[in-house]
Amino acid sequence: MQFEKQISKKKPTYFREHQEALYKSLEDKHATVEIDKSDPLATRMTLNMGPQHPATHGVLRVLMELDGEVITKCRLDTGYLHRGIEKMAENKTYQEFMPYTDRMDYLSPYSNNVALCMAVERIANIEIPERASYIRMICCELARISSHLLWLGTMIMDAGALSYFLWTFREREKIYDIFDDVAGHRFTVSHSRIGGVNNDFTPVAVEKIRKFVKEFPDELRGWHKTLDRNRIFVDRNNGVGAIDHEEAIAIGLAGPSLRATGIAYDIRTFEPYLHYDEMDFTVPTRTEGDNLARYYCRMEEMAESIRIIEQCFDKMPKKGPIRVDDAKKSYPSKDEVYYSMEGLIHDFMMTDTGVCPPAGAESYHAIEAPKGELGFYIQSDGTGHPWRLKINSPSFSNLQGLETVLDGEMVADTVVIIGGMDPVMGDSDK
Amino acid sequence: MNTDTRDSILQDISEFLGDDLLEVSLEQTYPLLRISRNKLYETCRFLKNTLHFIYLNEIIGADRFTSEDRFEVIYHLISLRDRQRIFVKVYVDEEEPLLPTVTHIWKSANWNEREVYDMFGIRFEDHPDLRRIFLPEDFKYYPLRKEFPLLGVPGSLEMPNTTPDHD
Repeated sequence: MQFEKQISKKKPTYFREHQEALYKSLEDKHATVEIDKSDPLATRMTLNMGPQHPATHGVLRVLMELDGEVITKCRLDTGYLHRGIEKMAENKTYQEFMPYTDRMDYLSPYSNNVALCMAVERIANIEIPERASYIRMICCELARISSHLLWLGTMIMDAGALSYFLWTFREREKIYDIFDDVAGHRFTVSHSRIGGVNNDFTPVAVEKIRKFVKEFPDELRGWHKTLDRNRIFVDRNNGVGAIDHEEAIAIGLAGPSLRATGIAYDIRTFEPYLHYDEMDFTVPTRTEGDNLARYYCRMEEMAESIRIIEQCFDKMPKKGPIRVDDAKKSYPSKDEVYYSMEGLIHDFMMTDTGVCPPAGAESYHAIEAPKGELGFYIQSDGTGHPWRLKINSPSFSNLQGLETVLDGEMVADTVVIIGGMDPVMGDSDK
Repeated sequence: MNTDTRDSILQDISEFLGDDLLEVSLEQTYPLLRISRNKLYETCRFLKNTLHFIYLNEIIGADRFTSEDRFEVIYHLISLRDRQRIFVKVYVDEEEPLLPTVTHIWKSANWNEREVYDMFGIRFEDHPDLRRIFLPEDFKYYPLRKEFPLLGVPGSLEMPNTTPDHD
């Protein structure tokens, strides 16, 4: 009796109204009520997956209505990781808010830092030194590889092969070590600053990145060899979760999921930022729009990232400032802070008030994060805090698309499709 | 960004809207238009069908915290053909926070409108599934409104009791 009371969906214990609305919404998703009289075996059922399911990559909850093994319709319930960081942003200075962006898409913290800093630099008219922008590019591409590696490991694990998870994590470990040397943190780096970056590359870090760039393509080739013609892997992914380009645009997919349908929309070429317009790289696309196409897109993107990093090292100025030398726009260097009164005052002022964009200004800046377009829309009221800061996160767009992609798929493919879409709940739930 | 294309797009919009185009701001990188509320649906359809803004990227809500036209909703659109981005803004009154939905034009507006509803309490008329997206339905406040306290409202959500020996 006690047990029945707990699992009953009619009388949930907590958030009663929420549960009722969710189940009701599943019932009238397509507005037509089908009465299936030819169902003597009672194959229709409602399946609730998550939020604690390990294959949903976080706290995603999927509510599916099944007909046998086919998903007739599904609903996604998000918000289990909602922390209200847009509200927090309104009560912090721009620089203070930057560490919070690490916790959004926690698989590629560097890209998030850069996205926020560049949005603030655009609204406050700050130009960053050349060396800093190359450092940002190198680290962003490393973050892309790191994020795609985690996607590769977990997606193949969802498809049934466990060893790739260990192999990709061995490579991720190297990137963590690089970030440890570059930023002083392995995971939540917080390395970028408004007006530049915190510190320059150490010789050890440069050496480590060069070593990684040299060795990683071999590793990637090995994975291509074992996966591209692997019968089980291809059968498991080919034609699964397919979507055509018109539908993909309509439901607003982002990043590699969109490019896998044939739309070459990549901010790095669409509206080049930093020095991406000087780089020679291609945007990998596929036209099939299924899970296998997404796999190829991401794998090729990793190879392109390596090419970009190599070119960055060639074009990067050997010496130079890494942060803008203007106390009203950026933190002074630590040498100034420790050895001059001026520097200490400026450091204090930056921490207390920070950058103040002009009152009434509102602007948008987006970068190509590993999962798609990551943009910040900032409205300023002239103080050091944003009046409104809206995060345009790629996982949110992709999860919205997932609801459509899952319709009509087999229930056994759910985990592979979620893995292929690569959502991160910290990014989506804000 | 190609300024010629941008100018011709803006020209087309101003011809279509006439007096309903209230404000055009070109100070920032992307054009930001403010249009009157009752022409929102027609304008969105025009932007999609005639000017090829087929990709709705996001919908932004904001609280202006003024006595009239308190909220604003900004539609962020992309034309992949012309490589243009445009922001279209409408003001919404606090007394009657209601806008026509654009889910019939862009399917991706669905979750974005739900997010604006969740955060600001702006309702979208004719929306197919207007539920809160992040917070549970049982929550009765709109957290991104400026009067909502940063620390939240104690007791606004019923939480499981975590003490070990309660009844």
